[in-house]
Amino acid sequence: MSDPAAPLMRARGVRKYFPIKRGVVFQREVARVHAVDDVDLDLMPGETVGLVGESGCGKSTFGRCLIRLHDLTDGTIEFDGQDISTLDRKQMRPLRREIQMVFQDPYASLNPRKRVGTIIGDPLRIHGVGARGDVNKRVQELLELVGLSPEHYNRYPHEFSGGQRQRIGVARALALSPRLIIADEPVSALDVSIQAQVVNLLSDLQDDLGLTYLFIAHDLSVVRHVSDRIAVMYLGKIVELAPAEELYDRPIHPYSEALLSAVPVPDPDVERERIVLQGDVPSPITPPSGCRFHPRCRYATDICTTTEPPLVKHAEQHLAACHHPLNLRS
Amino acid sequence: MSTVGGLEHPIDPLADAPPEGWVAGRSPWALAAHKLVRNRMAMAALAVFLGIVVVSFMGPFYADHIAHTDPFTSQLTATTVINGKRVDVLQQGGGVLKLGETPIGPTWQRNYFLGADSQGRDVAARVLYGGRTSLTIGIGSAVICSLLAVIVGMVAGFYGGVTDSIISRGLDVVWAFPVYLLAISIATVLLTQGLTIGPFSISASSLWLPTLIIAVIYVPYVARPVRGAVLSVREKEFIEAAIAQGASNRRLIFNEILPNVITVLIVLLPLMIATTILTESALSYLSIGVQPPNASWGTIINDGQQLLYTRPWVAIAPGIMIVLTVLSLNVFGDGVRDALDPRAKLRVKD
Repeated sequence: MSDPAAPLMRARGVRKYFPIKRGVVFQREVARVHAVDDVDLDLMPGETVGLVGESGCGKSTFGRCLIRLHDLTDGTIEFDGQDISTLDRKQMRPLRREIQMVFQDPYASLNPRKRVGTIIGDPLRIHGVGARGDVNKRVQELLELVGLSPEHYNRYPHEFSGGQRQRIGVARALALSPRLIIADEPVSALDVSIQAQVVNLLSDLQDDLGLTYLFIAHDLSVVRHVSDRIAVMYLGKIVELAPAEELYDRPIHPYSEALLSAVPVPDPDVERERIVLQGDVPSPITPPSGCRFHPRCRYATDICTTTEPPLVKHAEQHLAACHHPLNLRS
Repeated sequence: MSTVGGLEHPIDPLADAPPEGWVAGRSPWALAAHKLVRNRMAMAALAVFLGIVVVSFMGPFYADHIAHTDPFTSQLTATTVINGKRVDVLQQGGGVLKLGETPIGPTWQRNYFLGADSQGRDVAARVLYGGRTSLTIGIGSAVICSLLAVIVGMVAGFYGGVTDSIISRGLDVVWAFPVYLLAISIATVLLTQGLTIGPFSISASSLWLPTLIIAVIYVPYVARPVRGAVLSVREKEFIEAAIAQGASNRRLIFNEILPNVITVLIVLLPLMIATTILTESALSYLSIGVQPPNASWGTIINDGQQLLYTRPWVAIAPGIMIVLTVLSLNVFGDGVRDALDPRAKLRVKD
């Protein structure tokens, strides 16, 4: 194993632009969607980093970049010291054993024509892990591990509930004993009562197997429960990165503040300020100049419209990109 | 042996199959089949179609052992026994002028059940033989067409981009021609010289010629829906999941996409067969499909055309067979579609 202080995955300046093409025969690029724009993030071994933001802010795209489902427009991604940002699909294959993904929609992420045993065993077969009998055995262990019965081996995805399907997705991700799992909104498609089950399953597995998670979500209360550190994304950029409790106690970025004020508090007597953001998220095709949050920010001044704030350290492990940081201890 | 969940599950180290005794899930295929079997109309239609197939393929048996006739050689001087009297199969024309010859009409005999055609051949036997030809060409060309269409549609849908553009435009060119016009043009050209592609040579009288012509002209009608299905399946998360696991393109195509696309084909196949049988009959009727001495329903209708006033059964019998076949296939095809994909509204256009 490598140095425990070194990040398991290190992303630097990751950019992903999707071209918008026009034309019948000769397609030319007319614009670009700036889905992910210059994102740096380190994932330390054994930690869970929560990645939150509104729909369309690029958090899923960033996750897919890390696992190289997308090619990067720019930037580097190192996994365990190895640069994987330019590897092609064939070269990526050995690394797939180390990095796996849990998908958002448990109804779309399982092939409806395959038996559960086949779905979970496929990663093993693809990588030629174990003899055929071993695959069978391993699949049954995995089913047990995620709280399903080995008897479910022979069934088809449509015979399961959403929560059970997501467990199948988790079992598939665990099949190759990866070190890093990118969980792309793994519970957002589930009922609230089921969400807790899957979240607890994921954190139990982390304790048992020493996994590292990138936990993508838009639900802050779920993220708070599982994350060690939380990164807040807005329009393709990370605007704040802090340890979980610190972010909830003292958000620095106005966007984080607004997001947190939207989290329901289970106490009817608590009075607090609700910050309602005006307008919609600007188009990622033509992001605003300067600070991308300035058109909706209640603290914005002239500098925000012209100069892009860098992501700077405001406290130990607490980074934010804002010209008018809040809640600073001085 | 592994002990899982307190129960001992015997595991066969050689087989990848799950241990016996576990409840096997019901696959989407099994569910669709169940639904189809419970659809009475569809099952009745299937029974009619299979009946026609079985009877048609028993044509040689009927000709040799029941009617004792050869339906392919002209029998201008043949005689048969009706009500104890020996009569000519081709009788001198009636009326004052006694011009022309009229074949005998339907009889309640073992032979000439549907009468004879203008050459004294047994129409019933010919209709059965013709059915064998028509069904073979219809089913054969539908299957060949489907295979070609799956390859074409899969490549276009999976690889996308320039590949897709080139293939799709190529299909558009074929599509732009009216089906029958294209079929007639190709058939007319190929019938004069046969078809030679490299080492393979197909003579003009071969049944392969109409089969291949019909298969090729219908490729766009099947490849389009296949390509569409591939495009939609390709965007599903389980494809991304397979890529994230390191699956190769071959694995993506055959293990992930094909099983989800094949439903389109299964829905289209009965309707395809109905359409190709119709097309074959049309070409044969125009004498550019099946060539003598082979007969098909279309050629028999052509033979019967000149006897339409005196002996309409010569043309009506194969006509009824075509109608029954196409109708039963369409009803069965609707049932298959309802069972597999109740929302889809796919039809083979012609």
